[in-house]
Amino acid sequence: MNVLRPGPLAAILAALVAVFLMMPLVAVIPVSFTPTRYLSVPDAEWSLRHYRALIENPAWAQGAWLSIRIGVVASVLATGLALLFSLGIWMLQPRFAGLLIGIALLPMVAPPVVSALTLYFFLISLSKVNTFVAYDTWAGVALAHVVMIAPFAVVLISVALAQVDRRIDLAARSMGAGIWTRVVRVILPNIRFGILTALFLTFVLSWEEIGVTLFITSVDAVTLPRLMWMGLRDNIDPAIAAISVVLIALVVAVVLTKTAVERSRARRQEKA
Amino acid sequence: MSHPSRFLLLIGPLLLFLAATYLVPFLGVMRWSVTLPASGLGQYKAALGDPLVLTVFWRTLRICAAVTVGAVAAAYVVTLLWVRGGPMQRLVVELCILIPFWISVLTRAFGWLALLSNKGLINGWLQALGVLSEPLTLVRNEFGVVVGMTHFLIPFAVFPLASAMRSLDERVLMAARGMGASRARVFWQVFVPMTRAGILGAALVVFVFALGFFVTPAILGGGRSVMVAELIYLRIFQSPDWGLGAAISVILMAGVGLLLAALMRQVRQGASR
Repeated sequence: MNVLRPGPLAAILAALVAVFLMMPLVAVIPVSFTPTRYLSVPDAEWSLRHYRALIENPAWAQGAWLSIRIGVVASVLATGLALLFSLGIWMLQPRFAGLLIGIALLPMVAPPVVSALTLYFFLISLSKVNTFVAYDTWAGVALAHVVMIAPFAVVLISVALAQVDRRIDLAARSMGAGIWTRVVRVILPNIRFGILTALFLTFVLSWEEIGVTLFITSVDAVTLPRLMWMGLRDNIDPAIAAISVVLIALVVAVVLTKTAVERSRARRQEKA
Repeated sequence: MSHPSRFLLLIGPLLLFLAATYLVPFLGVMRWSVTLPASGLGQYKAALGDPLVLTVFWRTLRICAAVTVGAVAAAYVVTLLWVRGGPMQRLVVELCILIPFWISVLTRAFGWLALLSNKGLINGWLQALGVLSEPLTLVRNEFGVVVGMTHFLIPFAVFPLASAMRSLDERVLMAARGMGASRARVFWQVFVPMTRAGILGAALVVFVFALGFFVTPAILGGGRSVMVAELIYLRIFQSPDWGLGAAISVILMAGVGLLLAALMRQVRQGASR
């Protein structure tokens, strides 16, 4: 029994907050159809010129493609490293587990600007010895993104592992399974979903990363967020509105699909 | 395979990776702060004695405090509906939290620019209605920064609040109601105090995140309300004084470290109670 069902006042306040949360996302839609070259709201004439600009100016496609490449490489590396680490902590339960996890989560809790300066220092130091993983290269950005997103993968995979029943692993061990069999045949199938979630979240985090990317790129490794940043700083380019509408539509589609899938699954489970 | 070698093979890679890419370079940043341009603690003295830097620190604290109060209060209301509302309310609230949460900070800052700038939607409406003759300055000042940051951080405050509201003992509420307390009284004198840990956790998360914010203040502050993160960026890239930028970073890191230590103590006390 719900003895404290929110009353009308709470509902009104929450509706106001909901409007506040959605307002800026809705606001970019009319702006993206403006016929002018500056940020404005179209009154009579609506135009698709800024959407056309997204297709005609190759910089947008190049930026998006670079971001996808960096995101795939960084999320796979980060999830792999995080998986090994979390498995090690879970299976061996070392004495200083808390401290070790704390170190692994450091880039997530430190102020992003401090991480950015640290990674800037790291990459300009690397630039002195090679030109591949260096300042303003795609490999350098991918490496920096691994540092920033790996902690999130550690959190998600550790949460998934915490829900695995240790007795399954003990049973496999007592029946003579080696460490390899235990990991591949027993533990991994149980945390499959956590690993996929970690891959997805780390990809999204890399795809939209801007704080660190600003410090470690200049003219060559221009990711999509970096390109948007350049269009936002001085004269605001309405093409930013068009790309924003595209990105918002993508997120809305994913979130709605996910919610619908979860609901239908829950309903099926209720029936079963 | 012996125990220690397995340990290193599993736990080693990530820790070695972070040591090489993060811990050692951070020591390098610390070295910058005491060697550039001259060795010694001059940069720290300069940072803490420079009125400009102190203005920025003070403004950062002020903005973060306002954002924390705003974001936690707004998050409390929506979380209440998310946890205790009817099925329809839950669905709407969930979508309004999750959709902005997944959208990038740049898009969200741009959305506020589209709403609040001089030629933006709000000024357009107010002028069309005849309420205003001159556009209101809503952006490129502290107001715009606070609005944009509050918007960004509300979802982060929702998660600790939701876990606090979900884990409280329902029977206490029933007992209070059964003994004749009104719903308002149950809410203010029983429910809110029982979610105190969640409120504190949410406030600390929001405050710590807000301290290091860079993108939103840079876009919505328009160079006029510079916060500490943007100041570091400017000291590194625009009027290069790497030593000062590094010193401010170390001070910021130390401040956040202290706050997190306080959070950990809070959590541990909560667990032992």
